[in-house]
Amino acid sequence: MSAPVLQLKNLNKTYGALRVTKDLSLEVRPGEIHAVIGPNGAGKTTLIGQIAGNVRSDSGKVFFGNRDVTALPVARRAQLGLGRSFQITAILPEFSVLENVALGVQAHQGHSFHFFKPADTDKGLNRKALAILDKVKLFHRVETRAGDLSHGEKRVLELAIALAGEPKLLLLDEPMAGTGPEETKNLVEVLQSLKTTIPMLLVEHDMDAVFQLADRISVLVYGGIIATGTPDEIRNDDKVREAYLGEDETA
Amino acid sequence: MSGTALLFRNRVVPVLLFLLLALVPVYATYMDDRFLLLFFTRILVLAIAAVSLDFILGLGAMVSFGHAAYLGLGAYAVGILADSDIWDAWISFPVAILVSGLFALVTGAISLRTRGVYFIMITLAFGQMAYFTATSLSAYGGDDGLTLWGRSEFFDTEIFSDATWFYYLVFGVLLVVTLLLRRIAGSRFGRVLKGAKQSEARLHAIGIDPYRYRLAAYVIAGMIAGLAGALMANQSEFVSPAYMSWHRSGELIVMVILGGLGSLYGAVLGAVAYMSLEEVLSGYTEHWRLIFGPLLILVVLYGKGGLLGLIKGGGKS
Repeated sequence: MSAPVLQLKNLNKTYGALRVTKDLSLEVRPGEIHAVIGPNGAGKTTLIGQIAGNVRSDSGKVFFGNRDVTALPVARRAQLGLGRSFQITAILPEFSVLENVALGVQAHQGHSFHFFKPADTDKGLNRKALAILDKVKLFHRVETRAGDLSHGEKRVLELAIALAGEPKLLLLDEPMAGTGPEETKNLVEVLQSLKTTIPMLLVEHDMDAVFQLADRISVLVYGGIIATGTPDEIRNDDKVREAYLGEDETA
Repeated sequence: MSGTALLFRNRVVPVLLFLLLALVPVYATYMDDRFLLLFFTRILVLAIAAVSLDFILGLGAMVSFGHAAYLGLGAYAVGILADSDIWDAWISFPVAILVSGLFALVTGAISLRTRGVYFIMITLAFGQMAYFTATSLSAYGGDDGLTLWGRSEFFDTEIFSDATWFYYLVFGVLLVVTLLLRRIAGSRFGRVLKGAKQSEARLHAIGIDPYRYRLAAYVIAGMIAGLAGALMANQSEFVSPAYMSWHRSGELIVMVILGGLGSLYGAVLGAVAYMSLEEVLSGYTEHWRLIFGPLLILVVLYGKGGLLGLIKGGGKS
């Protein structure tokens, strides 16, 4: 078996007396979509932060490829090929759709201390950006101001921006949150078409989407992983049922 | 906004604006109005500083409340060198620009670690620091400032000493600075600045830490404002701490907002409008600010995007 793309080793994080991440270990392998599910408050957002780099772990290691990135800031991890989407969509609303993706391409091409050549007519940026927008089926919106897109389109745009960086891993924080059924279907299709080339760590509440997409699922409860396995294994796992049923009873 | 309206705003308005400014000396000579020429020279000097402020404020959302410090630094560079009998512009101007750039680098490196209100306060603090340092320079007039017994010299030309020549020098600097900064605004560098204003998290996530880019922009703006300061010392043949006061920084911000944020030549328009209004209104009453204040509020409220917003017909940008 080839080496994992992302490896988390014994991560811990506490906020005051609250242990949000408990001795958490997890692997994302090449070619797979690894979903992380769990009830509200399980620590999913913190976990994403620890992987992306905006939450510092108290102990434990994050390996990306073969590299220990535990001490690296967000931008450095991104440069190494960690692409991401946010729970609350982070796009550049005043820019056009094309400019959003072109900036992603630009960031991937190295530093941006280029002061004179106009960026908006830069073929090296636009050609690649357009190809990505074509792939995610947002080509018809190229000239639209990103802030004017529908919620689902913004989600897709965010994915397109991440793809511009030619990521080695995509970190998706609830990409289906707030999207309509049509939009969800489109997103699932796009993600499915990408997963052979880009492994993903998917945090998602939409169970239909998770079970359609994921090769493996880890269940996070109170900051610790209680089970990891294929969708079928997870569906039939007693501990998982208990965790989710427990939540249902209190809900 | 329609294509023609965009063309009008981005091409016709700035060309017309600079054309009119280029004709000011012609008109002044024709009317034999020396004051008008001097007045517009002063406006254009301030416009250079305003354009540089718009570069960081409009494009990068860095609300510097200490931008006047660079006007003062540039002016004092010329003044202090002149006091030591060094009148050559090719020495004093580069010194003015370098000193300003250095001050921007050091203060920017610290200020840019903060955001929002904190950034405003810390730049204000650095500005006031420069101001009080200037007032304590007793060798150079302290509070009273320093009178220059002449203007900078550029070899054997009359470019500084002749009022019309000097006007065109300032005009040329303003034109070049505006075009240069517009060019930068459209570059990859400019795109990062504009992007960082919209979502810092997104920039980090694609692998760009905006800090270095903001700092570079801050230094560029400081150097240009320093250049404006060097011109200002020549324009008024006088240098004083008042150049650096926070009132002046506030005025520059008002000019930028009045003209319309982020377009750069909007700042030129803002400088012309601000100074002209001040001149006209203060001719009627010493309480001119009572009229000017509400006017400013009206422009900002109804002309979303300042005077430029009004010009294009009040549409949404």
